[in-house]
Amino acid sequence: MLDMARAATTADAFNAVAEPRRRQILDLLAGGERPVNDLVAQLHLAQPLVSKHLRVLREVGLVGVRDHGRQRLYRLEGRPLKPIHDWVKNYERSWSQRFDRLDVVLEELKENKEEHDGDDT
Amino acid sequence: MAMTRSRMAVVTLPTDTQILITRDFEAPRNLVYKAYTTPELIKRWWGGDRGEVTLAEVDLRVGGRWRYVMTANGGFEVGFHGEYREVVPNERIVSTEIFEGAPEAEAVVEHTFTEKNGRTTLTMLMQLPSRAARDTIIDSGMEGGLQEALDHLEQVALSLR
Repeated sequence: MLDMARAATTADAFNAVAEPRRRQILDLLAGGERPVNDLVAQLHLAQPLVSKHLRVLREVGLVGVRDHGRQRLYRLEGRPLKPIHDWVKNYERSWSQRFDRLDVVLEELKENKEEHDGDDT
Repeated sequence: MAMTRSRMAVVTLPTDTQILITRDFEAPRNLVYKAYTTPELIKRWWGGDRGEVTLAEVDLRVGGRWRYVMTANGGFEVGFHGEYREVVPNERIVSTEIFEGAPEAEAVVEHTFTEKNGRTTLTMLMQLPSRAARDTIIDSGMEGGLQEALDHLEQVALSLR
């Protein structure tokens, strides 16, 4: 099953899914079809930038589009890449947890430094 | 305050064989460097929420070796080791990294510490030997999916008792 997903993974698609903003777009589209204005509002990004990301995602086949009245609706086609998408998010969470602990260590080092600086004067 | 979105680690994949991790810290870079390279401090953060670091060996000089071992929450051990190739104190470390669960895939990791207005940005650019090595890491779950899966499995097993 994973082999099939891997076979469908082109280099381009792998990189496309690894860009944080594009992952956000894929996450939003995972909730259903949306027009570009909707994505712009959710992401707080300029429309040309959202359109550029959508173009990259369409080029590698991760996002599809259809006309609906006067709107164009974008949809997720990214099922084969889900394992990689999930892995990147998981890896990001793992490092975030580490760095949250590193923050605590740094606060202590900063306090100790201030104490020592105080001793010197 | 410490938990704002901007403090999240950001992971991107700049090319087929690279993993880039970036994170900002509210501290000068000499302290970030110290926390990053001092064994007793590494033991306090490197395990994250996943386990306890039982070993942190650091021989911080070109050609020197490092090894970290963690006992994960599921009870199994996870080890990483490598060798330092470049050491510029408070600025830059280039080291090799081998996950002992997949020792054929040696990565080269370039750490950069940049300070601006008292804040430090740490970037870690991991260069993998091949796309196959990258796929091995993703398939094995490295330290992510696999361990979490096993942790969940353990919780499920305990709930069945």
